[in-house]
Amino acid sequence: MIRIGIPRALLYYMYIPLWRAFFTELGAEVVVSPGTNKAILDAGLQSALDEACLPVKLFFGHTTALAGMVDYLFVPRLISIEPKAYICPKFMGLPDMLRARIHSLPPLIDVSVDFSKGNRDWYSVLSSAGRKITGDSNLIRKAYSSARTAQCLFQEQLEAEVAVPEAIERMTGETVPGRGGQAAAEPVSLSIALLGHAYNIYDDYISMNLIQRLRSLGAQVITADCVSQQTIAEQAAKLPKKLFWSLGRKMVGAALAFYDSSRFDGMIYLSSFGCGPESLVGELIARWARRRSDLPFMMLTIDEHSGTAGMITRLEAFTDMLKRRKKDEDHLPAHGQPVYSSQGVAVQTGDHPGAATAHLQENC
Amino acid sequence: MLSKLGITLVLPPPTSRRTVELGVRHAPEFACFPLKLNLGNFLEAKELGADTILMAGGIGPCRFGYYAQVQKEILADLHIPMEMVVLEPPAGDWGAFKASVRSLIGDRSWWDVLKAIRFAWYKARAIDAVESEVLYLRPRLFEPQRAEELLREALDRLDASGSRKELDHTVGDFTRTARGLPRRSGALLRVGLVGEIFTVLEPYANYDIERHLGLLGVEVTRGIFLSEWINEHLFGGLLRVHGLEHVEELAAPYLNAFVGGHGRETVAATVHFARQNYDGVVQVAPFTCMPEIVAHSVLPAVTRDQEIPTLSFYLDEQSGIAGIITRLEAFVDLMSARHGRYGKQEARSRKR
Repeated sequence: MIRIGIPRALLYYMYIPLWRAFFTELGAEVVVSPGTNKAILDAGLQSALDEACLPVKLFFGHTTALAGMVDYLFVPRLISIEPKAYICPKFMGLPDMLRARIHSLPPLIDVSVDFSKGNRDWYSVLSSAGRKITGDSNLIRKAYSSARTAQCLFQEQLEAEVAVPEAIERMTGETVPGRGGQAAAEPVSLSIALLGHAYNIYDDYISMNLIQRLRSLGAQVITADCVSQQTIAEQAAKLPKKLFWSLGRKMVGAALAFYDSSRFDGMIYLSSFGCGPESLVGELIARWARRRSDLPFMMLTIDEHSGTAGMITRLEAFTDMLKRRKKDEDHLPAHGQPVYSSQGVAVQTGDHPGAATAHLQENC
Repeated sequence: MLSKLGITLVLPPPTSRRTVELGVRHAPEFACFPLKLNLGNFLEAKELGADTILMAGGIGPCRFGYYAQVQKEILADLHIPMEMVVLEPPAGDWGAFKASVRSLIGDRSWWDVLKAIRFAWYKARAIDAVESEVLYLRPRLFEPQRAEELLREALDRLDASGSRKELDHTVGDFTRTARGLPRRSGALLRVGLVGEIFTVLEPYANYDIERHLGLLGVEVTRGIFLSEWINEHLFGGLLRVHGLEHVEELAAPYLNAFVGGHGRETVAATVHFARQNYDGVVQVAPFTCMPEIVAHSVLPAVTRDQEIPTLSFYLDEQSGIAGIITRLEAFVDLMSARHGRYGKQEARSRKR
């Protein structure tokens, strides 16, 4: 049986049901790399360029972890997943970067995914990948249709607010590390919108268990994956110029949808250091957040040097602030005006440049 | 071009330390260096009384295409009322392009616009001509500073020129005087300069790398020129320019796809320089530049196969000139050691 390796990184979190169902139906065995661990991170740091961003380094690490175990590696060249939008230059050069930097790789199935012009769909991509395994085009067509069903089911679950790791588990039977569990030490009292690329927030190693930590601090976590594609498209259309990064557009659309909804107590953006699109998209979202006072916002940036302690402290401070804000909801002054605490002492609120949530924190 | 259309042009002062500080203070921390410098330029132009910003745009996936939108938000938060006219490659949407040009030119005729564009184009080519002359002469002269002085004068004159004849005259004068300067003999090293276009072209962003290499006795050839960029991005490649051809063929098999910005051009130019028997290639890019990171990632394979040393610099406001010069000196030593040991021709024929 042919073994096909799929690295558990980057768009794995968006398309694994599709890819896995397709190759399994073709009669191949799909091997997914284990959850990120120190060895994988180290291998990635060694083989990738220093200047690359953390997710790309992890992709290198996961590829290395699979290298000796499989006959083929499925590394599609992700140019574009929707018309007139790209993902990121680094995704477009992935197969080339891997070949140049890792020796003794198994052959790559590096089909190009380019939906930027016209409405081609995954069929053309997957069928050319399938032809490397089988010559039976009927089988390919059949495999594609069940893969398509799997992906649709997956999408439905996400829109029903099933977290991505749980949904992947249900769909594929894989155990996805960091899928949360019921770690609620406190009763759920907060609702937090979490923005960030799927491959950052659902990778429990590099996100340092962010979702679970928030849950154990008494927060319900809603991510951009729970927002329907239609809503995202509608909201992102409010931008003066169409954003040409698909994932960035998703973040902007979700952020605007979250602003519109009144169910959230706070918003967190987890970005990775060195991510090009996020450096601008995150800036836009943070600036919008700063101009309004109803939704506190926190930006977390991670890279391979991040420490857990710093992250925990910031999460605790943020959730504490949200809880107190909720309790004192009715007697909050407008931004920049003095607050009279219960002891009757005037506290001047400060305007700290750079801290989007400063004025809210000061009010406690 | 703009002065020809009767618009008062406020040029921001040359990029300086203050520009960088202004830009860095207000720009997103992780944005790439050109955005920060750009923003600094805008703020300085504002101080000189500018009310409208004219800048170029793009359609991705390089971040440059979204600069204007982010900068607009930043200016809004700073309560600086400036209008922004963004010229973008008219990909299918000529209407919008026309509208943005129309908002600039008021009621002047399109024929005037065309004439102005042709003149601007001619001027860009003239600037490229004098700059490449200096790149050629600097390592060959006893007093390279003399050529730099001439260059500054020539650029001022080109800037003030209002007709093609004046431009031709300035270029001719400059070339004649500069070529007459006393030269020294001896072997030269040749280096190709590749990378992201802004850092290649803006001396302040690349910490004057061309000059430092020239003073170390290295002839620098740029992989990309201003006029090529204008042609490609604003005229959709309509004009015939003598640039790098066959980019796709040259970059394969190292980089088989367009990756935004000038990533593929960087790889192609490196292969091109290797085939021209250059002694090395220097790549410059802003820190976190996505296309150049992809290109840099595959350069080791190019070095291996084509036997050409490469050196990559990522530049931002944190870079220090001393570190850059030290690395350049080491690189030049390495190249001359290679050169001296078996001569460039021989080094290459060993492989063939």
